[in-house]
Amino acid sequence: MKARVYVTYKSGVLDPQGKAVRGGLNTLGFGEVGDVRQGKYFEIRLEPEAPGNHEKDVAWARARVEEMCKKLLANPVMEDFRIEIDGVA
Amino acid sequence: MNAAVVVFPGSNCDHDCETAPRRSAGWTTVAAWHKDAELPAGTEAVILPGGFSYGDYLRCGAIAAMSPIMAAVKRFAEKGGPVAGVCNGFQILCESGLLPGTLLRNRDLAFICSDVFIKVESTGSSATRGLSAGEVLSIPIAHGDGNYFADEATLDRLEKNGQVIFRYCDPKGSLSAVSNPNGSQRSIAGISNEKGNVIGMMPHPDRASERVLGSADGVRIWEAVARSAARA
Repeated sequence: MKARVYVTYKSGVLDPQGKAVRGGLNTLGFGEVGDVRQGKYFEIRLEPEAPGNHEKDVAWARARVEEMCKKLLANPVMEDFRIEIDGVA
Repeated sequence: MNAAVVVFPGSNCDHDCETAPRRSAGWTTVAAWHKDAELPAGTEAVILPGGFSYGDYLRCGAIAAMSPIMAAVKRFAEKGGPVAGVCNGFQILCESGLLPGTLLRNRDLAFICSDVFIKVESTGSSATRGLSAGEVLSIPIAHGDGNYFADEATLDRLEKNGQVIFRYCDPKGSLSAVSNPNGSQRSIAGISNEKGNVIGMMPHPDRASERVLGSADGVRIWEAVARSAARA
């Protein structure tokens, strides 16, 4: 199974890298760019312990990846995360 | 005074943190490896040094915070032992949950290597015990991610509990946006946990422990840690 994880800064958290990227885009002529927030993207391959019931596997994978996000992939002080399992949000 | 200096892959101030308090404050310091399950016998204080543990991958300090030695550091902290994190060590303590908040990229994106002034706020912590509130110290910083961040409720709680121990200031002790090098919330340069025994600070006392290096104010911090160890 494949999980996709998107980690983004919470609104209100300063993102100086996003600001610098915005400046670069504006300089390149993309004047329509108002705000850029830079985040992180993970692709995680998972092996269910006893694969079979797809619905159950997806629920299991979602719970496991959520735990991974809380423990390591995201820092809840400054970041939010979003999970997709096999393409389903 | 026996202190353990934890060495992570990518630490680069571990020798400074072993040498500076030894030469300037008469400590005995030993290195503790990140894979060790226990701190060296007789450890009275733990120093987490600066550097770039695990190349700052994922987030500064995030991977180091999961090291086997950190479980031992947590047990030591729970018993009231002084734990001091400098620079990357501060980041590791935040990531491990021993200190609240986090350290974001510097406001102006640049890595800053510079002498700065910090003002002592609360004097109930391992790094400030015996110092005077309002005292101004000259201690250098060297970091790309030192912009202290926590939500407003956490910041208010830190202030109320006296957990803000250092703020960036000018030579006279005044605060302003100019004297705040990295954009830290409320000019915070160092904090402690609620009990005061775990502290994190971005400035490097290990680089300011001998006059020939420009400042010996870092010795004040080693002395405070030793006083705290004697009480623990």
